Amino acid sequence: MIADGPHANASAAIEARGLTRRFGDFTAVDAISFRVERGEVFGFLGANGAGKTTAIRMLTGLLSPSAGRARVADHDVYGDTDAIRRSIGYMSQRFSLYEDLRVRENIRLFGGIYGLPDRVIRERGGRLLADLGLEHAADELVASIPLGWRQKLAFSVANLHEPEILFLDEPTGGVDPITRRGFWEMIYRAAEGGTTVFVTTHYMDEAEYCDRISIMADGRISAMGTPRELREEYGVASIDELFLRLARPEPAFGAAGDLNGRAGGPEDPASAPGGAS
Amino acid sequence: MISPAVGAEGLVERFGEETALDGLSFTVEAGEIFGFIGPDGAGKTTLFRILTTLLLPDEGGARVLGLDVVDDFWALRARIGYMPGRFSLYPDLSVGENLRFFAAVFGTSLEEQKDLIGPIYRQIEPFRDRRAGALSGGMKQKLALSCALVHRPEILFLDEPTTGVDAVSRREFWDLLDRLRERGPTIVVSTPYMDEASRCDRVALIQDGRILGVDAPGAFGARYGHPLVAVRSSDRRHMPELLRSWEHALSAYPFGETVHVTDRRTDLEPARVAGEARAYLESRGVGDAEARPIEPGIEDVFIALMGAGAAS
Repeated sequence: MIADGPHANASAAIEARGLTRRFGDFTAVDAISFRVERGEVFGFLGANGAGKTTAIRMLTGLLSPSAGRARVADHDVYGDTDAIRRSIGYMSQRFSLYEDLRVRENIRLFGGIYGLPDRVIRERGGRLLADLGLEHAADELVASIPLGWRQKLAFSVANLHEPEILFLDEPTGGVDPITRRGFWEMIYRAAEGGTTVFVTTHYMDEAEYCDRISIMADGRISAMGTPRELREEYGVASIDELFLRLARPEPAFGAAGDLNGRAGGPEDPASAPGGAS
Repeated sequence: MISPAVGAEGLVERFGEETALDGLSFTVEAGEIFGFIGPDGAGKTTLFRILTTLLLPDEGGARVLGLDVVDDFWALRARIGYMPGRFSLYPDLSVGENLRFFAAVFGTSLEEQKDLIGPIYRQIEPFRDRRAGALSGGMKQKLALSCALVHRPEILFLDEPTTGVDAVSRREFWDLLDRLRERGPTIVVSTPYMDEASRCDRVALIQDGRILGVDAPGAFGARYGHPLVAVRSSDRRHMPELLRSWEHALSAYPFGETVHVTDRRTDLEPARVAGEARAYLESRGVGDAEARPIEPGIEDVFIALMGAGAAS
């Protein structure tokens, strides 16, 4: 647990330098470097297949890097993966809660997995349900509550052990526009409480809600900064416009290749089913 | 007189206690791109399964290409194309084998249909020997569309073809549909992405098994009925809450880098509302706010129709 740089590193929530992952001769993540400050809402954008999922799996300790370094909540991604998992919360659109368990059972299950004592689970679980206005649904199966509530509940459960960093992988996919905005207010509240939020999304308007964003293309980070800085630097009206320009390095039409910008390369194994959860 | 491509009247579908479709009525004209826009759980997939004869409605009825979806299902199936939301091709067959299989089922061949499928198929042709299950998301989507088109259907049902797809790939998929439309089939498509409304001729906004409104995407704004302004300030995080506490604000929701504020007064010039919003923010200590009148977009309309405070 020796810090691998100057003291400044200690204050970063996430710091990656030259982080790389290869699968055979395919480089999914190609020497990315970035730093996420504590309490920051960091948007991690990129087209499908750009390498986002692989990068997240390395940062959450689920996949070992091929080269480079990264520290997450002051823990090293090579050696301290257990410590990383205790320090982070994870939620995605695809996997978040067990639908055939009751709301209360999910809270108890995840609280237990995160090693919280029963008393703390009861306390925080009760507060969580009260904050969401979901007390009446505590004994309902998760499958039976509306999707918007399910996503907010999943967010709160990922936050139950008060992690230093929340990883949110497309948390708002398919959610109605009002709930989607309510969800971002929850993100802001968590950030104001000091939690770092690392989030991916396909909604480009949500990119504007982040303190800083990065855009990945072909395994590399091609732009990084505050949304305003990036709009000014590239002379675009919106992040949507910037994304269209940067996310796909090669023109898709006319090119004999996969429309995800890969000309016949192997599929990104990290995007196969059964990803980070 | 040409009959509409789809006519539905009072469609109801229940699953146990849950009402998935709560009396849907609408008409899709021949040759148009008609979009059902709404979040997950709105009933889009249930509706598509009824229209493609895979599910019987509990109440009401629908005709597609003039045929009844219940009584004439057999005749109808040969004339419609359906691309389900979940990838439903044979993962162990190659790209070419999947296409030939679907062509054979409908008594045609890839060669005969090349003029229609060609532009899409050319993009996946370099991978024709790859197993469908090993394709990337974007390529699976193109293959599924090719298979849904292989029997030259008169109407195409695409259930959430762009869900989970990045912004660039979504745009490319819609470009494909534009080109396809020149060749004739009516296209009925569903999506949770509000920004895709502009690519349709007409859209139905759908939520909780009900249609909130049907119109051309550009026509909804005229019905909004309230002045709408976009407010921008460096204090992004607190802007929505602050603006909601403004006495004239009916609603205030973040939209990208701005907050859209709807004034509860209906008879005011939007420019005056912008000025008043700015003045209010200044009185609350926000000095750098900009406010400008804007036309409501489809997402503004959707939020308004959902009913302020219906969810939050």
